[in-house]
Amino acid sequence: MLHIINKSPLTNCALDSCLRVAQSGDILLIEDAVYAATSGNAFEGKIREAMGRFKIHVLRPDLEARGLADRIIAGILPVDYGGFVELTTTNKNCQSWL
Amino acid sequence: MKFGIVVNEGPYQHQASDSAYLFCKAAIEKGHEVWRVFFYHDGVNNASKLTEPPQDDRHIVNRWGKLNEEHGVDLVVCVAAALRRGIKDENLAKGFRISGLGQMVEAGVKTDRLIVFGD
Amino acid sequence: MSDIKKFMFVNRKAPYGTIYALESLEVVLITAAFDQDVSLVFLDDGVYQLKKGQQTKGIETKNFSPAYRALEGYDIEKLYVEKESMEARGLSEEDLLVDVTVMGRAEMGELMDQQDVVLSF
Repeated sequence: MLHIINKSPLTNCALDSCLRVAQSGDILLIEDAVYAATSGNAFEGKIREAMGRFKIHVLRPDLEARGLADRIIAGILPVDYGGFVELTTTNKNCQSWL
Repeated sequence: MKFGIVVNEGPYQHQASDSAYLFCKAAIEKGHEVWRVFFYHDGVNNASKLTEPPQDDRHIVNRWGKLNEEHGVDLVVCVAAALRRGIKDENLAKGFRISGLGQMVEAGVKTDRLIVFGD
Repeated sequence: MSDIKKFMFVNRKAPYGTIYALESLEVVLITAAFDQDVSLVFLDDGVYQLKKGQQTKGIETKNFSPAYRALEGYDIEKLYVEKESMEARGLSEEDLLVDVTVMGRAEMGELMDQQDVVLSF
């Protein structure tokens, strides 16, 4: 399953809840969730821990817009909108954690 | 693949509508079909023809309309959510139509993937 | 029939503060009319939607919580509450206005994986 997250983990529990409930699959960080993909953020430890169970992707245009494209945590995969589309097709279902 | 899209937030206030549009554009470029975009909650405000953004900004409403015109994307606005928020046929932008919630369920049934964009 | 899909509605937001809970319920009722396999899950603040004793007179807003009790009449009987979310809010099953299945996070994660369409508002 593809899990789509769009909130910063520092202000909202969506990513935390996803990591608690979901067992495995792909995670795509979009909109304000891209802050979770940057090194040095307070949530980094949890993200690194989750990388064993999940494949984590980040929407590059959203990261670039926020001036953080050069801070991606190693191992998190940047994708463009085409890559976003592909993730929805390669997974058999998806969930937006709104 | 056949996609259905749900947009839960209004334009300009939240990025959801932009993300949904850019997703649709990328899907179409890859040769997929975007069968329907369903506008719910404050998302119905995407369909107001009274929208007038500053000239140097994107025109979110017209951008959706163009998707309908050029790629036949069915743009459906939820009637109950629209009436609550003052969106009616008289201020409905070109390319959109107002219909029932069943159209969202139908999009879930008939498409291969239903992707939700919201807050 | 190939047209029957598994629809899951994920409720993670509290009622009244925003309209999402109410408008989500409206979709659920419509989905029932399409003869789909419908389940509802409540996690995080979504659990508050099911709290007994909601009195909305003072905020001049319609109390829509009785509608959860009507779901049974629409053959929607799969209501799941995540145990961790419920406990984190100091609630127990007795506080909820409908019969639900309480399940742990891992079990709920598996249930999500099995769905065709997951809707969240």
